[in-house]
Amino acid sequence: MKRIKRILERTIESILTVSGAVTSIAILLIVIFLFKEGLGLFKSPSVEKGYSLYVNSKNTVNDLDVEDIKHIYDSEVENWKELGGRDQEIKIFRFEEIFNIYSDEELGKDYSLLPEKLGEVIIQNPNIIAYLPQQYAPTDIQGVKALPSKDISIGDFFGGREWMPTATPSPLFGVLPLILGTLIVSIIAILIALPLGLGVAIYLSELAGERTRKLMKPTIELLAGIPSVVYGFFGLVVLVPIVQKVFGLSVGETAFTGSLILAIMALPTIITVAEDALRNTPRDMREASLALGATQWQTIYKVVIPYSASGISAAVVLGIGRAMGETMAVLMVTGNAAVMPHSLFEPVRTIPATIAAELGEAPAGGAHYQSLFLLGCILFVITMIVSITAEVISKKQLNKGV
Amino acid sequence: MNKKLSQRIAFMIFRILGLMVVGILFWILGFIVYNGIGVISWEFIFSAPTNGMTSGGIFPAIVGTLCLVVGSMIFAFPLGIMSAIYTNEYAGNSWVVRFIRIMTNNLASIPSIVFGLFGMALFVNTLGFGDSILAGSLTLGLLVLPLVIRTTEEALKAVPNSYRTGSLALGATKLQTIRKVVLPAAFPNITTGLILSIGRVSGETAPILFTAAAYFLPKLPSGIFDQVMALPYHLYVIVTSGTDIEASRPMAYGTALVLIFIVLLMNILAMFIRRFFNKKLKTN
Amino acid sequence: MIEAKDINFYYGDFHALKDINIKMDINTVTAFIGPSGCGKSTFLRLFNRMNDLIDKTRITGECIVQGENIYDKSIQVDQLRKKVGMVFQKPNPFPKSIFENVAYGLRVNDMGDKKIIAERVEESLIAAALWDEVKDKLKKSAFELSGGQQQRLCIARALAVSPSILLMDEPASSLDPISTSKIEELIHNLKKDYTIVIVTHNMQQAARISDMTGFFMMGELVEFSETKKMFLNPEKKETQNYITGRFG
Repeated sequence: MKRIKRILERTIESILTVSGAVTSIAILLIVIFLFKEGLGLFKSPSVEKGYSLYVNSKNTVNDLDVEDIKHIYDSEVENWKELGGRDQEIKIFRFEEIFNIYSDEELGKDYSLLPEKLGEVIIQNPNIIAYLPQQYAPTDIQGVKALPSKDISIGDFFGGREWMPTATPSPLFGVLPLILGTLIVSIIAILIALPLGLGVAIYLSELAGERTRKLMKPTIELLAGIPSVVYGFFGLVVLVPIVQKVFGLSVGETAFTGSLILAIMALPTIITVAEDALRNTPRDMREASLALGATQWQTIYKVVIPYSASGISAAVVLGIGRAMGETMAVLMVTGNAAVMPHSLFEPVRTIPATIAAELGEAPAGGAHYQSLFLLGCILFVITMIVSITAEVISKKQLNKGV
Repeated sequence: MNKKLSQRIAFMIFRILGLMVVGILFWILGFIVYNGIGVISWEFIFSAPTNGMTSGGIFPAIVGTLCLVVGSMIFAFPLGIMSAIYTNEYAGNSWVVRFIRIMTNNLASIPSIVFGLFGMALFVNTLGFGDSILAGSLTLGLLVLPLVIRTTEEALKAVPNSYRTGSLALGATKLQTIRKVVLPAAFPNITTGLILSIGRVSGETAPILFTAAAYFLPKLPSGIFDQVMALPYHLYVIVTSGTDIEASRPMAYGTALVLIFIVLLMNILAMFIRRFFNKKLKTN
Repeated sequence: MIEAKDINFYYGDFHALKDINIKMDINTVTAFIGPSGCGKSTFLRLFNRMNDLIDKTRITGECIVQGENIYDKSIQVDQLRKKVGMVFQKPNPFPKSIFENVAYGLRVNDMGDKKIIAERVEESLIAAALWDEVKDKLKKSAFELSGGQQQRLCIARALAVSPSILLMDEPASSLDPISTSKIEELIHNLKKDYTIVIVTHNMQQAARISDMTGFFMMGELVEFSETKKMFLNPEKKETQNYITGRFG
């Protein structure tokens, strides 16, 4: 009996040991799955899988990058000359058009003659560009040239200024507007929340009586407990119309509205962390200042705030981290236009909002799906950096002093 | 420059800021309560949405949120408590504990949408659970794991060391000491972790967007592989993409009120339990 | 002259000081000794109203500094504190440069322009016998100084605002013997310009540096007399017990 008991005890202890590592394992798994899916994007072709672009072999253009393809299909580039080719107008040929030219009979049983006929069309039109499924591709036909298919590059992703993941033939995964949108919305949010939060933190730690403090701190904690979707709802119904009216805009869903709601949401974090930092200022430091005839306010801004500067910056960093990762509220009030932001009073799209808005429609395993995971990776890396930075900064606070 | 005057001005500003923040809280709460209270009725709580979610109730969403809460707690609670017991009672203060603590902090700082992505990749696709209560619960469970670990650790730390030495001195093994002395003493505070987690899980939207939540389901779930409606997601869809957003506005206020009620109730409950039992531990 | 009349002081319900009456002359050093918790530090902190910072404290009686009752409603506390400097138990420089530490009091009290401040800083550091050691590194952080130097910096900081009274709360208790003797020498030199009140747990120190000594016990001023007399021939039995217990 005793042996069984001891074995049982050992077993339980090893289970405890394993579960001790559970968060580390979880992070490891998150890294593996996020990056496995996300990095797949760079192995995806820049045009949709299973499709290729074909031109007449007399065409001197041998290579098109993603932006060029988009410009052609948006009719922004209409002459091959602009792409380094001959001076002739670009003729866009869509796969469906073949059925207007040839009847089903002419295309043969099971469309067996389709590649041949497509080839003919291309040969007849030296200025053509055709976007065709590889299944029916006019390969091995004299006079037809396939443009080489390239993988989506890291440069396209991080340097691209356009995010159009569902564009055909080649979707654009330029993440710049999203990164900029995220940064702008969160930084403005912190700029709004910091003076407010710091003021309240000073009030709580230096001015408020014990009873006020005991009442206000839990109240502020409750503010942190409200679900973000409720903040989003409040933002949409209350703040959006206010912003629209006050600034005379055509739409109220703007970067600024997002910043406002994020500022409210970041307040509890900033207040709590900054208040802790302020209260950590040693009592003798305050007394020394007061003993020299400084007023309480002089003591606060000349001694207490400089002393707790690193704690306050940790609060700011944590606040920014929270704001950058916030999804639902931002999704609901920023208008979600994935364009390079020019002004605070235009709709923008943040990284988390993009994931939330698009993942539902992106087929699993496709380039769009992978690109959203890559956005997740970016978000993950950013929050890791933020969390580590905040930790380092607050360590510095502990080591300071005599 | 009169330093007295500048102090008076500065302090007045801080007082106003303090009032402002409290004001904001009451503005939000007041707004939801004022608009939502009229919608709440037995019918609203206990019937399904009708007419394209412009009328009826939110019963399936309440049930769905309940399923997710229970599911995620079944997963996160034992695991989190065991992890906290390990770091607090067994591992001492080695680098292992420091590493685990850093990892727990990092896990806590990951945005909830990233949990959603991960849950979709692992639970929905790789393990093939599909959009389901199971996948959603696991994702949410992972999300609240750091919260459970942190509150449990705090609860264990609050147990005086004399309890442990007293038990060990009587010949009890370490595990017996933990089971018979430490855990019972820490139990009330551990439950605050559970309650706070319930509050957190009931309000999260982003992690369940792609792992569990359904836009509209006419019937209640029958098993753990079913999709469910959930309160926060329901609020999101009727506000942004319902069939008739204007007509479903009252439904939205009602849903928001129920949601806030659940979440704040949990937070306040946890606050009281903590205050009450900490006093008790101290006087012992 | 500093005078306390019928001082009673309470922390909440705790009666910390009981019916204290004392007079101290200008340009003297007065030392307060007594077992820890006897109220000597509390009493010292009455004279620049530092106890105001603690919640739930109450005082009755009068504290007269230069002819004014400093607990009178018309008194401006910051002006009082400018006049009554204080040096604390542990060196507590601000996380600023050496120069800025000394200049701090001048700046918060708007005492002069850049040039005057620079002069005052130099004078104060000279007076605190620190100038030669720091004159080449005034911009360096005050935390780079040794403990003894930090404490002299704190004295210089207190001197800069030209107080007439200097309160010292066990200023050498956290220092090594060499730094301690430097501080004692400094106190001796400062006596000609300042009235100094010092709390110490070190009776030899009190005997070395003070003109008058007060012995506190359980919140009461048991005995107050010339230092020589106090240590050689105390009037009260409690004083004798304490002194011999410590010396013996």
